[in-house]
Amino acid sequence: MSNGSNYNLDFERPLKELEKRIEEIKLFAEEKKIDMSEEIARMEEKAHSLKTEIYKKLTPWQKVQIARHPKRPTFLEYINLIFDGFIELHGDRLYRDDPALVGGLAYLEEIPVTILGQQKGRDTKENIFRNFGMPHPEGYRKAIRLMKQAEKFGRPVITFVDVAGAFPGKEAEERGQGEAVARAIMEMAGLRTPIVVVITGEGGSGGALAVGVGDRLLMLENAYYSVISPEGCASILWKDASKAPQAAEVLRITADDLIDLQVVDELIPEPLGGAHTDPEEMAIRIKTHLLKNLKAIIDLDFDHLLAQRYEKFRRIGRYLEE
Amino acid sequence: MFKDLFRAKQKYVTIRQREVPDGSLQQPEAAKKELPDGLWVKCGQCNQMIYHKDLVKNLKVCPKCQYHFRISAWERINYLVDPGSFQELYENITSGDPLNFPVYQEKIAKSKKRTELKEGVVTGVGNIGGVPLALGVMDFEFIGGSMGSAVGEKLVRIFEYAAEHGLPVVTFAASGGARMYEGILSLMQMATTCQALSRLAEKSLLYISILTDPTTGGVFASFASQGDIIIAEPGALIGFAGARVIQQTTRQTLPPGFQRSEFLLEHGMIDLIINRKELRNTLARLLRYHQRRKRVINQ
Repeated sequence: MSNGSNYNLDFERPLKELEKRIEEIKLFAEEKKIDMSEEIARMEEKAHSLKTEIYKKLTPWQKVQIARHPKRPTFLEYINLIFDGFIELHGDRLYRDDPALVGGLAYLEEIPVTILGQQKGRDTKENIFRNFGMPHPEGYRKAIRLMKQAEKFGRPVITFVDVAGAFPGKEAEERGQGEAVARAIMEMAGLRTPIVVVITGEGGSGGALAVGVGDRLLMLENAYYSVISPEGCASILWKDASKAPQAAEVLRITADDLIDLQVVDELIPEPLGGAHTDPEEMAIRIKTHLLKNLKAIIDLDFDHLLAQRYEKFRRIGRYLEE
Repeated sequence: MFKDLFRAKQKYVTIRQREVPDGSLQQPEAAKKELPDGLWVKCGQCNQMIYHKDLVKNLKVCPKCQYHFRISAWERINYLVDPGSFQELYENITSGDPLNFPVYQEKIAKSKKRTELKEGVVTGVGNIGGVPLALGVMDFEFIGGSMGSAVGEKLVRIFEYAAEHGLPVVTFAASGGARMYEGILSLMQMATTCQALSRLAEKSLLYISILTDPTTGGVFASFASQGDIIIAEPGALIGFAGARVIQQTTRQTLPPGFQRSEFLLEHGMIDLIINRKELRNTLARLLRYHQRRKRVINQ
């Protein structure tokens, strides 16, 4: 997981083989000085349609694999591509600064906003520093602090969600992880400023929800959002974590599922092959969706905005009433 | 005759609290069914034999070592609420199977049969020490007290009812967390219950959260940890991530008493630990503290 170069998406194998063949032919043609451009063009077209075919019918588990791709753009990369003038603000004022959760001030075009999100590492060293993007309680408390600050100064809040799950650790428990997550949820529910949430990669349970309450929820095409990891669910249901692909099906965790279930408002399409194949294009798409959604709510009266937010979450549950 | 005596003595059940290998929280066997009269019960903590009737009379607290056995939602309501004052609300809200999830319907059916409850939480209004309040009492026996859409909805409704009628709220948490069988819909109940609590806060209404064994996962990380006053029963398991998962992930050795009530008190996460036998009295005192005085404004 730590090194992107040897992370293979197994369902891409036929495509990878074809691409390798194309490279070989190109090399061969160059060496022998033969014109094979027609042949190459035909094969490249074939590769493209194969890729389109594969990505048109990805299974939930395949999407999970894409969402976890080590080269999937992280929050800091998106910040550079989407926002201007980012100033990172640190610390929860209680214990320490948590590098797994990044936050600060930025401009979305000309709109000053507060941005927050989990930050995964790019390599082993950075992942250790950032605890694989899993915040401790102080991370959630920093998020709360920055959200309250945004409210005070009338800035909208934009959060980026990408977290495997809340961190299972002794210190996290000692410092009240449950309370920190719950408090973040409470504060977001009542925050008197617009909040737009983008689920960019992994939406892992409570760790995701802790920065996931807002007026608009947007989700990348290959992101997932779940109450439990597919592996965890498979262990409980079938006592077998290797049945995670089946668990991913039954849990209904893809962007399409979540739109069906009225949890997510909008799907953001990814470039063919996943966000990591073209981060710039992905960033443009996110920015467009962010602007559209933020502009739709930015001038709403706060009482009205909060009433809408309340209703949005209030109507999600599905139960029977005899 | 003597033989019979000896045989009678053999009649006991062992009650031990333990974590099963898959990490789920197994309840003591005594909680599984109402024990018939005349049985001896063995305390899971001190191994003493307790006459069942004495245990019940003692609110299922071991008279020898104060070990708190798990009890049902109705047992709690019956010992806490002023006799005849409890009125159940929203009892007709039950779980569907919104995701068509494996084994879920069987789980619901089994829990309903075993507990004679319709859902994992009982909600209603009543009085404690003469003070009217709204109550939400979870029952661990109903699919591990897990919170799905119906549990969330009942809690939200009782919070909204209290906000509308100006009542203080007391909840009893007993839960393994979010109900996996409803997927993301269960996770969202963490948000809806917290949201509804803010309605109480807006009206300066008291919310007391009582954590019982066990209170973990998404229930601890939502409404249960947001009480104005948080009380735990002694020795209750309270935490977010499971100890087994922590050990597997971080290879850390966990101290004795990790995630127990006393550990949380020491780390500043709860206000009080109250013995079940004292709880009614404590609640009555706390409720009285928060009764509104009619303000006379001098002009």
